Amino acid sequence: MSALRTLEFDAIIVGGGGSGLRAGLQLAQSGRKTAVISKVFPTRSHTVSAQGGITCAIASDDPNDDWRWHMYDTVKGSDYIGDQDAIEYMCNEGPKAVFELEHLGLPFSRTEQGRIYQRPFGGQSKEFGKGGQASRTCAAADRTGHALLHTLYQANIKNNTTFLNEWYAVDLVKNAKNDVVGCIAVCIETGEKVFVKAKATVLATGGAGRIYASTTNALINTGDGIGMALRAGFAMQDMEMWQFHPTGIWGAGTLVTEGCRGEGGYLINKDGERFMERYAPNAKDLAGRDVVARSMVLEILEGRGAGEKGDHVFLKLDHLGEEVLNKRLPGILELSKTFAHVDPVKAPIPVVPTCHYMMGGIPTNIHGQAITVDENGKDQIINGLFACGEAACVSVHGANRLGGNSLLDLVVFGRAAGQYIEKALDQGIEYDEASESDLEASLARMNRWNESTGGESIPALRAELQECMQNYFGVFRDGPYMEKGIAQLKDLRERIANAHLEDKSDAFNTARIEALELDNLLEVAEATAISAYERRESRGAHSRNDYTERDDANWLKHSVYMPTTKTLGKRDVNMAPKLIQGDLLKHFEPKVRTY
Amino acid sequence: MLQVSVYRYNPETDEAPSMKDFEIDTQGKDLMVLDVLHLVKEKDSSMTYRRSCREGVCGSDGMNMNGKNGLACITPLSEVVKNGKLILRPLPGLPVIRDLVVDMSLFYEQYERIQPYLINDTPAPAIERLQSPEDRDKLDGLYECILCACCSTACPSFWWNPDKFVGPSGLLQAYRFLIDSRDTATRERLSELDDPFSVFRCRGIMNCVSVCPKGLNPTRAIGHIRDMLLSNAT
Repeated sequence: MSALRTLEFDAIIVGGGGSGLRAGLQLAQSGRKTAVISKVFPTRSHTVSAQGGITCAIASDDPNDDWRWHMYDTVKGSDYIGDQDAIEYMCNEGPKAVFELEHLGLPFSRTEQGRIYQRPFGGQSKEFGKGGQASRTCAAADRTGHALLHTLYQANIKNNTTFLNEWYAVDLVKNAKNDVVGCIAVCIETGEKVFVKAKATVLATGGAGRIYASTTNALINTGDGIGMALRAGFAMQDMEMWQFHPTGIWGAGTLVTEGCRGEGGYLINKDGERFMERYAPNAKDLAGRDVVARSMVLEILEGRGAGEKGDHVFLKLDHLGEEVLNKRLPGILELSKTFAHVDPVKAPIPVVPTCHYMMGGIPTNIHGQAITVDENGKDQIINGLFACGEAACVSVHGANRLGGNSLLDLVVFGRAAGQYIEKALDQGIEYDEASESDLEASLARMNRWNESTGGESIPALRAELQECMQNYFGVFRDGPYMEKGIAQLKDLRERIANAHLEDKSDAFNTARIEALELDNLLEVAEATAISAYERRESRGAHSRNDYTERDDANWLKHSVYMPTTKTLGKRDVNMAPKLIQGDLLKHFEPKVRTY
Repeated sequence: MLQVSVYRYNPETDEAPSMKDFEIDTQGKDLMVLDVLHLVKEKDSSMTYRRSCREGVCGSDGMNMNGKNGLACITPLSEVVKNGKLILRPLPGLPVIRDLVVDMSLFYEQYERIQPYLINDTPAPAIERLQSPEDRDKLDGLYECILCACCSTACPSFWWNPDKFVGPSGLLQAYRFLIDSRDTATRERLSELDDPFSVFRCRGIMNCVSVCPKGLNPTRAIGHIRDMLLSNAT
């Protein structure tokens, strides 16, 4: 008999970053009993680190800008496995969502006309790739994520959203029919375990960049929602697709925004050559991130990297002048001085491609409803479960995300999930109660750690996992190497299952949180590894030395990883946007992708 | 080897807090203080502190390092270590939950008290509200606050009246909305602050300015609020 306290809500949102706060705001405004569960105080979420901006056709820089051009860029950027219904929804709804943020008070930078300032970003074009570089990324200097996250948190304060801050969601709770009816969460300050019961559970837990040794991601990005969904037996989509951001600070991993290149900065190799001119003659440094990251690695592999080990290249900004840098990129000046000991006004920043973003995640429709796949490969809506933001794969990013599209994804689909749940609650939602044994099942993992009496240490296992992913599943991948990686992960699974949680105390036990996070890192890593091994082609961010070409005949598909069998299936990409039909084309046909 | 002395307190086992010493091998590198804490935690997994972004933008790891508040993740050892020793304590003036983790409720309450959100009751246009670059420039140095509490917990006036004096962080945010050309609640905001404590307990000590890891200047913002309150009164 468990003595669990139950907290009951109409809807719970796990995660207090951009998408979680946007969903929370929508539901709080509707008057629904809503709680946001966040393992950190919400403004400490990783959205705060987003720098360059939010891409959206608000027609400020160019009065003739068109959301369909943004859609074209995004479909092309995705290497054609982004779902065109979802991309269409995002690009079309985007302006509304961005103006809402401004009305909430987001301190966007401004043009002389008083409108929102927009800067050029990678992969952006006008007139479906024919009209040259667009400037479509709305910015608050180079602190757009910070401004966005704080604004959304403030709006939630105004609307009296309930926050369970510094609470950690452990596992989903399912009833006998496999409906999700809430989660087990622990209050970090007291250690109390609680059943948080809800008619709708939204996973807005963000990314999992910490599966890699070198990442721009915050220490908290451990894929908790992905781990929870995988343990519940639900499918995961396109997990092989990890974006390596071209400009992480060499050695430290901290992000340097693509906005630097948008404002006119460019990459040089050790000879001072602007090498992107060779790889992407048109877009140069503003080609897709996957293209730029691969070009950098090739420069390094071919001996044109800088430094004693020849293991990095440089981002040159000094020619932009101190005034522009202070005005447009003040945060970068700070970060570069702190982490690279370089003042970009005078010298170039040493940079290297660094794990940045998880394009894959929990498959959802445009309402945020989570989807799994049955034995016959058919989509099944998971009752009670929703996902949005980086944890979700709706999929607007496909095989490669464009810069500035993540913040748009957060607010558009956080909002959409909130709107859908509001309507569903109005119509009434009833699921069977979870039984005692259902609750026990969700507590098993926590109990395992609490009962551990010996075994390996958590930090050492985590470091080994991160090295494994870095070595075998990085920018370039190769079958035989990936086999080694998969074998190592299998070994790690066994050792993590027997690892030791030394500190068993209740009050603010961060060692226990790190143990629970390690379980999630392992789930994400394994899903990534098996998906990467099984997708036998190169597409977007997934680049294989043994299958160097894109294979549309076999792989113009989402990959779908099933945790119960550890196998990879396929799912059709949506090629049926609703609004552009007749207007133009039926949809955007796959083409050879060049920049 | 670096001598690290850390404030330890576990409410379940300790009657009183104590300082505990660790010897940490930095391999001669100028690590950030947060990196040193990770090394301490590898030796003693019960070592407790908050951290998230590790790049100075989330505000989780405010703490007192050799007597001065700052963010552990962007403070290199070369900036703080004296005589080969690093002394780490929780932010002063707030109740300690465990080790370097403080209860920030009072700090957040003061933030919420100033209504930290835009108020504008006129109907929103179909696009964004316009704002000139000059008006937008007025928000620089204000909106960048990361709520790390380094300033307020370095402020003697806040130590003395944490319930009644809003504190430098809250007042910086108050001014951020007072000065925003899009906000229409200036008068109401000022009247909420118009008492002997909320603003006027600031004695211009300027500890807030000296510790702010983002280089912001709450004292100046407080001065502007005083001016607005005084001209509002006449």
